[in-house]
Amino acid sequence: MLSIRNVDKIYHSRGKPDVHAVRALDMEVKAGEIVALLGSSGCGKTSTLRMIAGFESVSAGSIALAQRPIHDLPPARRKVAMAFEGYSLYPPLTVRENIAFALKAQQLSRADIAQRVDGIARLVEIEDILDQHPRALSGGQQQRVSLARALVRDADLYLLDEPMGQLEPQLRAVLRGRIKGLLAERGMTAIFVTHDQTEASALADRIAVMEDGVLQQFAGERELKNRPANLFVASFIGEPPMNLLDMAVTPQEGGFRLSAGSDLAFQIPRQTLDAAARQALEQAERIKVGIRPQRIAVGSGEARLRVVSNQWLGDQSHIAGECAGHLLVAVTQGKVAARPGDIVPCTLEAHNLHIFGADGVCVRHAEAR
Amino acid sequence: MDHSSLAGRIFRGIALALVLVFFMFPIVWILLMSFQTNEQILRIPPRILFEPTLANYEALISGQLRTAAGNLQIEFMRNLMNSFVLSSASVILALLLGVPAAYAFARFKFRLGETIAFTLLSFRFAPPLLVLLPLSLYYQQLGLNDTYFGIVWVYQLIALPLILWIVRGYFEDISPDIEHAYRLAGHSWREAFTRIAVPLAGPGIAAAGLLSFIFCWNNFVFALILASADKQPVTVGALAFVTASGIQYGQIAAAIVLSVTPTLLLALYAQRYLVEGLSLGAVKG
Repeated sequence: MLSIRNVDKIYHSRGKPDVHAVRALDMEVKAGEIVALLGSSGCGKTSTLRMIAGFESVSAGSIALAQRPIHDLPPARRKVAMAFEGYSLYPPLTVRENIAFALKAQQLSRADIAQRVDGIARLVEIEDILDQHPRALSGGQQQRVSLARALVRDADLYLLDEPMGQLEPQLRAVLRGRIKGLLAERGMTAIFVTHDQTEASALADRIAVMEDGVLQQFAGERELKNRPANLFVASFIGEPPMNLLDMAVTPQEGGFRLSAGSDLAFQIPRQTLDAAARQALEQAERIKVGIRPQRIAVGSGEARLRVVSNQWLGDQSHIAGECAGHLLVAVTQGKVAARPGDIVPCTLEAHNLHIFGADGVCVRHAEAR
Repeated sequence: MDHSSLAGRIFRGIALALVLVFFMFPIVWILLMSFQTNEQILRIPPRILFEPTLANYEALISGQLRTAAGNLQIEFMRNLMNSFVLSSASVILALLLGVPAAYAFARFKFRLGETIAFTLLSFRFAPPLLVLLPLSLYYQQLGLNDTYFGIVWVYQLIALPLILWIVRGYFEDISPDIEHAYRLAGHSWREAFTRIAVPLAGPGIAAAGLLSFIFCWNNFVFALILASADKQPVTVGALAFVTASGIQYGQIAAAIVLSVTPTLLLALYAQRYLVEGLSLGAVKG
C-alpha cells in the first residue's frame, strides 16, 4: 500500500550544521494495516509523517502510495488525510463546519455529509460541541475534532500525529478501542506517531521504532519485546525497561562463561548459539547482556539482591536492588516482604538472557515463553 | 482593583482630567477656531464665548476665499478629493503587493529574504527629502511628475513597508498546519492563501491598511514637490491659506477639521476592530 524506499531527510539552515532527520528509511505498510511510529522526540517520526503528507520534501528516495509515486505530488493530490498534533482547526468555523469542510472536495450530498459528520462525532464523543467554535474548546476536545476531521474523509492513508496526547486516560482507552474498530471495519490504512508505548501496542498492528532518524526495528509488539533487534529497542520497549549488565566473557569447553564480579555467572552452551553469536562471543572480552525485569524470580536462587526500593503497584511489585555491581529491577506478581537494605535471594537464568554484540545488535534472544 | 477611598477617587479624577485637557486642548481649540472669524481669533485676550459663524466652512466648500485684499479661488474640496483618491489608491496597491509579500516572508525562508525585508523597512528610516531630490529628477524624465500614478507610486515608500511588516507578524502567528490541513483536503496552496491565511490575518491586514491610510493622508512633502495644485492633497492645499494679506486662521482651522474628520471617524470605527484584531492575532497553533 505505502512503500517508502531509501528516504532521507536533511534540513539545511544557513549558519548551522545540517540536520539529518531521517536516514535511509525503508518501510512497507500493507493495506488495512495500522502502524505506529514510536520514538522519543527528535527521532524523525514526525518528519517521516510530514514527508508522506507532502509538507516536507524528501531529500532522497521515493514514496509510493497504492502504486502511485507521490513524493513529487502536491499534498492535495496525495489522497492522504491527517490529524495534526496542534489540532489546526479553522478558527472561524464551528466544529461541525470544520469536519464537514474536509468533505467538501469529495462532492457529497448535504444529507451524506451530515450523516458522516454525525457518525464520526458520535465515535469520538463530540456530538454536544458540534455547534461551538474551536476557541471555546479544551485541548482534548480540539484534539478529538481534529481526529474526526481526518477520519471522516475517504483517503488512501490516514496520518495521525500524536492523536490522543491531550486526552484523559479513561477516554483515551475508550477511543483507542473505537478508532481501532473503525479502522479495521473499513479496512483503513493508518500511520500514527506516538511516544507512548501503551498507545502503540494497543492501537497498532506493527510498530516502527525510530531513533536518530534511523528505523531500528519494524515489527509487532510481541516481536519487539521478545526479539529486540538491538540494544536501543531492547532498552526502549518494555516497562520497566530491560536490565542491562556488562559481563566478562570466558571461552570454556562446550560454551562460554559470562560473569559479573564473583557474584553472578552464567554458562552459555555453544549449541544454543548460532554462528553470529559464537563469533561475537569469541571476539569480545566483555559483552552486554539484557534480562527483562519479569524474568528475574525473587525469593529463591543463588544470586543475591540488596534491595534499594520495593514498590507495590496494586497488582505487581517492582523491586530494585543491587546485584554484582549493577542496579537490577525485578517484577513479581505478588507482594514481597523486603525493605531497603535487606538481601533477598533471586534467580537469573541463562536462557532468559538477550546477548548483544559489540555493535549493539542482538545476537541471541531470550527463549520465548 | 478597588479604589474606594474618597481621596483616591478624587485624585484619580483630577489626574485623568489633566491628561484629558492636555491631549484634547489643541483639538478643541481648533474646533472652536473654525467657527470664528479671523478678527475674533486674533483678539487678545482670546475668549471662549463668541458668536459662532459658518463663514469659514462656506468659503471652503464654495471655493471662494474672501480676504482683505480681495477674493481668492481655492480648491480645497478638490484637494480633499485628491487626498481620498491618493491615499485609497496607495493603500489598495500596497495591500495587493504587500500581503502576498508578507506571506512569502512569513512562510518561506529563502536566500536574501531577510535582507530584502529589511531593505523595504529601511525606506521608512530615510528622510523623505533625501529621496525626493533624485526622485523628482527621475520623475521629470519619466513623465511621472504631476500624475496621480506617480504620487501613488511614491506613497508606496510609506504604505508598503508598514503593511509588509505588520501583516507578516500576523501570518507568522497562524500555524502553517491550518493551511496544511486545508491543502490535504484537496486544495492548492493558492486557495489555502486566499481562503485560510488571508481571512485569518484579516484583522491585521485591516489594521495595517488603516495605519498606512493615515500615514499617506498625513504626508506633505512628496506631493508638495512632485505634484501641482490640481493633484495635491489637503495637507499641501492648506498652504493656500497663507495669503498675501495674512494667514487665514479661521479657514485653516475649518480645513483641518474637515480633513481630520474622515480619518478620525475611520480610526474610531476601527478602534474596536484593532483591539479585537490584536487579541485574535495569536491563533493558537
